[in-house]
Amino acid sequence: MTDAKDARRPAGELEASVLAVLWAADGPRTPGQVQRGLGAGLARTTVTTILTRLHDKGIVARRRQGRGYAYYPVQDPQGLTARRMHSELARGGDRERVLARFVEQLSPDDERILRELLDPRSGER
Amino acid sequence: MTALLLVPLLLPCAVPPAARRALARLAPVTALWVLTVCALVLAACSLAALGTFVLVGLLKLPACAALGELVHPLRTPSDLVVVPAAAVSVGALAVCAVSLARSALRQARAWRAARSEAARGPAAGDLCVVDSPHPDAYALPGRPHRIVVTTAMLRSLDAAEREALFAHERAHNRGGHHYFLAAAELAAHCHPALRPVRAAIRLAAERAADEAAARAVGDRRLTARAIARAALAGRAARGNRPDVAAAAAGGPVPQRVEALLAGPRVPRPSAVRAAALLLACVAVSCAASTTGVAEVHHRVEVAQGEAPR
Repeated sequence: MTDAKDARRPAGELEASVLAVLWAADGPRTPGQVQRGLGAGLARTTVTTILTRLHDKGIVARRRQGRGYAYYPVQDPQGLTARRMHSELARGGDRERVLARFVEQLSPDDERILRELLDPRSGER
Repeated sequence: MTALLLVPLLLPCAVPPAARRALARLAPVTALWVLTVCALVLAACSLAALGTFVLVGLLKLPACAALGELVHPLRTPSDLVVVPAAAVSVGALAVCAVSLARSALRQARAWRAARSEAARGPAAGDLCVVDSPHPDAYALPGRPHRIVVTTAMLRSLDAAEREALFAHERAHNRGGHHYFLAAAELAAHCHPALRPVRAAIRLAAERAADEAAARAVGDRRLTARAIARAALAGRAARGNRPDVAAAAAGGPVPQRVEALLAGPRVPRPSAVRAAALLLACVAVSCAASTTGVAEVHHRVEVAQGEAPR
């Protein structure tokens, strides 16, 4: 990935990627750490701008760390309700019909085939 | 007449193998279109045939014949054929209507629940994060389109794999794949033999999104790894409970991973043949049902005294 490619991406997609890094992390992250976590050629100032915007929207919180801030995702007050609805949906099994899911359930055979496909000794092409 | 109207009812049973062939050979987006159009037309033809059987049966009843202004008796094969055919058709149509209505209600409820779930979660751009220990991700069409990903899914993937996941879900939303899934659902409820075609359409939609994701991140292997890792993480979180019976040829996820690792598909003549076979089935089904319905219509006109015998 290059700077040029990331500069062309819509702001919403960059926000999504930055938020994903914070949720995947196990603690608050500084802009520099987020930039490294993104693995993309984003400028640090761009990352800082996005983090500030997310903070303004109330999606992430921050605390002082050294001369700057460390950011972490906000657990929304309705999070509990959302979680409950999520498990209801997962139990119903209807969702896989109406919504396009990333991955379906695996059978034991599928698991074996996947591991074989991912095995670098047989998988490198 | 009866024999001709049986064609659109029986033909869908022969379509699933052809559908799988087409899915394996065509480019995913083309396969998505061809399969969906086929499923919809075959479903419509089989409904038309059932409806015609019911109509003929009804016109055998004196009250309905009077209502239809029949002055002569309707010329049909023996009542021993027409009446049971009508009765069976009424039953089949009723089953279709009930299962379709139930499914539509359930889907609408699931969609609304997912939508309100997404509205409550924190959103950045189009991403909604749901705090959950189960790895899961799905595209949520609407205004605006959203992609919903659980925290467990975000944590099972690295940064590059997450980008592949996001690109995959965005491709679903941009491609309007939910319309195709809804059409597949509709067709599957109209004729039970179209259920395997619904599965093929679902796989075609996933494959189309996979290819779009591979193009967006510029790495097929990375995309394949993201899918495989997400699937394995989901399995680990659910534990080893025996869910679906083990499929002989591997489920949809290994097929998708394999297709990505195999490299871009080159157009081959066999792809054209597979598509042509499917479209031929559709054409035969259309022709048979149209001719059958037209013939019944002509007989009704004769019975009404409006057309010469």
